[in-house]
Amino acid sequence: MAHHVLNMPVDEAAIRKLRAGDTVTLENDLFGIRDATQIHMFDRGRRTRFDLRGHAVIHTAPNVRKVPISNEAPAGYAPVCVGTTTSDRMERFTRPLMAEYGVRIVVGKGGLREASLAAFAELGGVYLAIIGGTAALETTWIERIVDVDLDDLNPESLWHFKIKGFGPLLVAIDSHGNSLYDTVRATAEDRRAAALASLGVKA
Amino acid sequence: MSAFAVEIAAIEEAAKYLYIRALKVLPDDIKAGFTKLDAAETGRTAKAVLATMIENIGVAERTDNLLCQDTGIPIFNVEIGQGVAIDGFALKEAIGRGVARATREYPLRSSVVHPLTRANLHTSSGIRVPVINIDFVDRPRTLRLEMIPKGSGSENGSFLKMLIPADGIDGIKTFVIDRVMEAGGKVCPPTIVGVGIGGTSDLCMHIAKVAATRPLGSVCSDPEGAKLEQLLSAAVNTLGIGPQGLGGDSTAFAVHVETAATHITMNPVAVNIQCHSARRASATFSPDGLAIGF
Repeated sequence: MAHHVLNMPVDEAAIRKLRAGDTVTLENDLFGIRDATQIHMFDRGRRTRFDLRGHAVIHTAPNVRKVPISNEAPAGYAPVCVGTTTSDRMERFTRPLMAEYGVRIVVGKGGLREASLAAFAELGGVYLAIIGGTAALETTWIERIVDVDLDDLNPESLWHFKIKGFGPLLVAIDSHGNSLYDTVRATAEDRRAAALASLGVKA
Repeated sequence: MSAFAVEIAAIEEAAKYLYIRALKVLPDDIKAGFTKLDAAETGRTAKAVLATMIENIGVAERTDNLLCQDTGIPIFNVEIGQGVAIDGFALKEAIGRGVARATREYPLRSSVVHPLTRANLHTSSGIRVPVINIDFVDRPRTLRLEMIPKGSGSENGSFLKMLIPADGIDGIKTFVIDRVMEAGGKVCPPTIVGVGIGGTSDLCMHIAKVAATRPLGSVCSDPEGAKLEQLLSAAVNTLGIGPQGLGGDSTAFAVHVETAATHITMNPVAVNIQCHSARRASATFSPDGLAIGF
């Protein structure tokens, strides 16, 4: 169970070193993405001007405040509260994010499924679990909002954050076919019969 | 005795205040729930996850920030006692204005969109939202507003099944266990699993939400429901799903059950889940003044 500090962007070799159960802290850059962002990018043919190659995306739609443009707020937005949403709804977008945009890391909560596991293994990517519902803490890891694209979808715009010490995050799905969620699911399946028996349910 | 009159402007201010407060300060019963889970947790990862959640509660209070980015769908439960004079329609309008003002003035992320066009008015409002439930209660000269910002991660963990009488209580118990397993980490455990049993389909789901948003430590007023919630609370925490679905003992703070009478041919069960950011805030108006609480 190693800890890794990744200065974004990273190459495939850096990703292949990560194993399920390791922890990771991200530095430099992070991109915020959400349901509507990806529906527009992958179902409606819109493109982003951002170069996402080797980068990490986080499943988020932040609370932001409009402010005058400055060095601290080059896009005219200040972060108010930046958290993470449930990843499962965005399962089918993992592969196109990686194949079409070269994304290497997805940060989210609650896990992803088989199609993402396969994409991570094949193309060299990982899923990093953040603790959902801890946005006040997460916001302290965000330095500023550098840029924003597809902002007509606000708050589900594509956000470019400058980050500092973003983590620790848990490698929950690695690029070698391991998923902590699969392990937990198998455990629950194994224990289901005993749980029902404890409730007096006849088999 | 003259009627106790509540000013509409005060309702609007309270609605605005409660929405923001609910997003920032977790109720004491939920904090105590974390302490209890943490003390009993045996998993190493699960311990670390709970520690981060507990740290976040402190960070939110110290930095005066929102606990979670999800501002939710705003729900207001309004309880009106005897001898309260209020214009009901104006009350509903005032709650809507308070929600819109909180969203614009704070500013909060508006998480509410039109269901078909997905257009966001940036007011946390829209058709039939905020959700306003009005009840008349045996509490003379008081009006209570309870605000619940219901997050989507756990609200998407909502399930209804119109079981039949032959499925019995075993069918209800099996449904609850299977839906908790299906929800896994998606609903941001540790959760409060709200279970509605009986009623019509809509009443069944409504009481599941009443159960999910009840304070920890409260007990179902129906003794049969109370027995079942004890059994289910113990059972779900044997599944090993754990906080965030990453494994551990702390899958749920509790399972809460609410019941309603149902039809001879029906046996409905609903599950509605509340995530660990189990946020509530309340304002009680009475001749003694305005009391803010959870």
